[in-house]
Amino acid sequence: MSRSSAPVATRPAARTRPRAGIGADAARPDGVPKVRGEFAFSSDLWMDGMLWGRTLRSPHVSARIVAVDPSPALAIPGVRAVVTAADVPGRPTYGLEEPDQPVFASEVVRYHGEPIAAVAADHPETARAGVRAIEVVYEPLEPVVDAERALRAPPLHPDGNLFRHLVIRHGDLDATGDVVVEGTYEVGMQDQAFMGPESGLAVPADDGGVDLYVATQWLHVDRDQIAASLGLPAERVRLHLAGVGGAFGGREDVSLQIHLCLLALGTGRPVKMVYSRDESFFGHVHRHPAKMWFRHHATRGGDLVKVEARIVLDGGAYLSSSNAVISNAACFAPGPYKVPNALIDAYAVRTNNPPCGAMRGFGSVQVCYGHEAQMDKLAAALGMDPVELRLHNALERFDRLVTGQVLTGTVPVRECIRAAMAHPLPPAPSLLDPPMARPGGAGLSADHADVRRGVGIAVSLKNVGYSEGFDDYATARVRLEAGVGGEPVATVVAATAEVGQGFVTIAQQIVREELGVADVLLAPAGTTDIGSAGSSSASRQTWMSGGAIQLACVAIRRQLIARAAASWGCSHASVEWDAGEAVHEGTGERRGLAALLADGAVEAEHEHHHRPTVPLDADGQGDAHLSVMVAAHRAVVDVDPGLGLVKVVQVTTGQDVGHALNPTQVTGQIEGGIAQGVGLAVMEEIVLDEGRVKNPSFTDYLVPTTLDMPAVAATFVEEPEPDAPYGAKGVGEPPVISSGPAVLAAIRDATGLALTRAPVRPEDIALAGQST
Amino acid sequence: MGEVEPGADVRVALPRTVNGAVDAMTATPDAQYLAGGTDFCVEVNFGLRRPPAVVCLRRVAELRRAEVTPTEVVIGAGTTYADMGTGSLADALPALAAAARTVGSPQIRNAGTIGGNVATASPAGDTLPLLTALDARVRVLGPGAEREMGIDELVTGVKRTALEPQELVISIRVPRLDGPQQFLKVGTRNAMVIAIASAAVVLDLEARRVRAAFGSVGPVPVRPRQAEDELSDAIDWGRLSASEAAIERFGELAAQACSPITDHRSTAAYRRRAVEVVAARGLRRCLRDVA
Repeated sequence: MSRSSAPVATRPAARTRPRAGIGADAARPDGVPKVRGEFAFSSDLWMDGMLWGRTLRSPHVSARIVAVDPSPALAIPGVRAVVTAADVPGRPTYGLEEPDQPVFASEVVRYHGEPIAAVAADHPETARAGVRAIEVVYEPLEPVVDAERALRAPPLHPDGNLFRHLVIRHGDLDATGDVVVEGTYEVGMQDQAFMGPESGLAVPADDGGVDLYVATQWLHVDRDQIAASLGLPAERVRLHLAGVGGAFGGREDVSLQIHLCLLALGTGRPVKMVYSRDESFFGHVHRHPAKMWFRHHATRGGDLVKVEARIVLDGGAYLSSSNAVISNAACFAPGPYKVPNALIDAYAVRTNNPPCGAMRGFGSVQVCYGHEAQMDKLAAALGMDPVELRLHNALERFDRLVTGQVLTGTVPVRECIRAAMAHPLPPAPSLLDPPMARPGGAGLSADHADVRRGVGIAVSLKNVGYSEGFDDYATARVRLEAGVGGEPVATVVAATAEVGQGFVTIAQQIVREELGVADVLLAPAGTTDIGSAGSSSASRQTWMSGGAIQLACVAIRRQLIARAAASWGCSHASVEWDAGEAVHEGTGERRGLAALLADGAVEAEHEHHHRPTVPLDADGQGDAHLSVMVAAHRAVVDVDPGLGLVKVVQVTTGQDVGHALNPTQVTGQIEGGIAQGVGLAVMEEIVLDEGRVKNPSFTDYLVPTTLDMPAVAATFVEEPEPDAPYGAKGVGEPPVISSGPAVLAAIRDATGLALTRAPVRPEDIALAGQST
Repeated sequence: MGEVEPGADVRVALPRTVNGAVDAMTATPDAQYLAGGTDFCVEVNFGLRRPPAVVCLRRVAELRRAEVTPTEVVIGAGTTYADMGTGSLADALPALAAAARTVGSPQIRNAGTIGGNVATASPAGDTLPLLTALDARVRVLGPGAEREMGIDELVTGVKRTALEPQELVISIRVPRLDGPQQFLKVGTRNAMVIAIASAAVVLDLEARRVRAAFGSVGPVPVRPRQAEDELSDAIDWGRLSASEAAIERFGELAAQACSPITDHRSTAAYRRRAVEVVAARGLRRCLRDVA
């Protein structure tokens, strides 16, 4: 691991650094239990007397529901309740942006696996029998599974088939370049493939409300959707975060939450539900498949003149966060380059495919496959080195996006590219390589002579946080008190979902840094005791919840200074804070936390809002984004062209992190994100046949194994972001965005094929030029 | 096949002998043998199977025996993939070891057995191509009778066999031939993947014959008889070499012998191409190994 040497301006200076504070490789508080198998995930929840819930899902992609008869299920001994759309007392629908998705389908089924009913029973097997016994009469309909066709088809939903049409018009739309390259690109449907399936436990409460323990990304927005459908005031729906086994965007939408609460309230007993692996593939949204057309114009000297694009994202049956995903796809369609003129025509469309929504990278991933292939094509047309072309057009601070927004924060595109390229290349493939290291791996399908090496680069740009005028905020409360033996102890109360990203570590580091206290406890995250933290999404929690905790700590420090000033009879202004102690500027007298806390605990709560953004106007213009993150990836691959199999050998990266608050965790995000990016490039795809999911299992939905994971070398480019707490940008998403496009570029380099689709399938290489 | 309702008791038999296993099976109609469970338990988890009784085979010590003699290898049906991947079994049948090492993850390889692979008779069963290429014989025990049949007689279709309901696979007898053998498997992932296509290629130096079989490219393992015949004639057995044209011809004929399908894992056209490629590569490796 290497780190570039830019200074970190916002790092508190001239202070003794507390152990495991900001910038340290502090250990995760949940690390040891997770490694030892002792961490309680949501699927481990248990309560005496609880029932087991299970969901009936549609076997049809598109159908009219003629009748639903739960009585045969209710006749089974041990089946305690069946709930259907008729049992939803409040709003019959939910949704992150607009409530267009039914809690249970009642008249129409719009996708394969849509929930029809839920059963609670004494035993999971009895619940399964109950689900099977429910009689549903369907009248199958012809599904609409092509987004272009859906734009012209009769509405599949009262809200119509067009979720959002966004046009960005920037600069001179008639401008043309000396050199023009054009291409169409396609990205398949990726799944988040988190390890812990959807699960939760709902417990009915004496006040007629319900307590729900659940793995989710945003407790408060879940609560509001659940309460609306239950017809309960929000305060009677209490959410508690259960152990989350990964999320990657797939837990932003409600899945089993409302079903569980309905069953618990209906039976008066606790009800637990755990999706099986195959059900999980039907239970959450996926990454939008994309079809994209690009035309790039440049001068002979290699200056980008104009980018034209048409982007169609298939949103599936319901809206989810499609409106925000298409906004990102449109805004970042040109990539991290100076583009004076642009016309971007972007559509998010409703079809009968599975609903699509948030996934790590959120719209930037799809377009990166397009803009980076285009940059390579343009370099070839210009006779220019592809790295040189990118450096030549790289965005810089105070340049404009095609939305007209001036980038006031850091935009180290060149630094990231140079950092990715600076790492040494791996040794060339050799006769002496272990056979399993070749493409095909354990199958031993390739010999040395069958292997071709290729190298590719890709660069990406994405926003941090929510955009387009959303008033995003996070709330946190910190309490500092004397603990056992008088040792100071801090407790952080925040509804921030720890989904594996390591916020629990960062929260402790911030409090140690600000208050000089070693012992930092994290109260369980829930909705009962604190306001919203916002979503653990969009690479935003370090900035948002981290900022809230930091500012709560600052308020605590003010109170402690006031206590010290009172005890010394001096003004607040003459008391300094240093290394966890109050210092009298005049006398040099010091007072430590133990003494300051003798008068009782100190507590402060802060609600942290970021600088406002604005919605895009009719021309797609406006300061819609808070901040941007850059990453560059160089991929080295070995390809067996005869069989079309690929071994990704190495991925190097330069990533714009602002300030690495915990280098180990940043490395973890980079390696994990690259695994997910490599997965989309060469294997991960939900295969659909007329809307039907063909591979809902880890047998057939392939994610990279350790033999598929390349060596990774990463450089953190640390240029502190002016607005952000400690100058830290988000780090979770960039690794997944351009790593895959770099792999595709490397495969193109090895094979000479155009390869316009991700994931690349073996037949795309082995049978290139033949009709398959 | 008889199934019970969820929640109903499932009887579990834990026999210690093969006769005890068959007796337990005979005592309960519709019972299911359970070895490694890597296929059966998946079906249970998906709610597709719920037999009234399970006859567990792991305590039957004689099923775990394997014997290597100068002329043949007798592999007990309870031999795991992990067992096949190392030691004297791997020395005697290196291509079977290579196939075993491609199966699933270490956990799966510690559980799954060759008897289960044979009795399940999946087109993608990883041990089947080599067993088919070598004309392995399968010994099975039923109520009161033991019999033996060729692997090609036993495997009759996609997950279909000639086994009678109570019959238990006891062992697999594989002839030891003088000559190299190769196994190649094609999948979209570099490990833990179900074969899109696989190939076993064997040279029998004494009989001067090429033997081969392919997996995942037909309802049962495919024996490319014409390819074997032509190539056996085309090889210069004295110098142990063949022309590149003959090797490529072998691949083409191998591909022609297959009847692959298009499904969510791959296309028929790709599977055919993959067989063409791995058949030729397997043959080249055999000739290289022996030269």
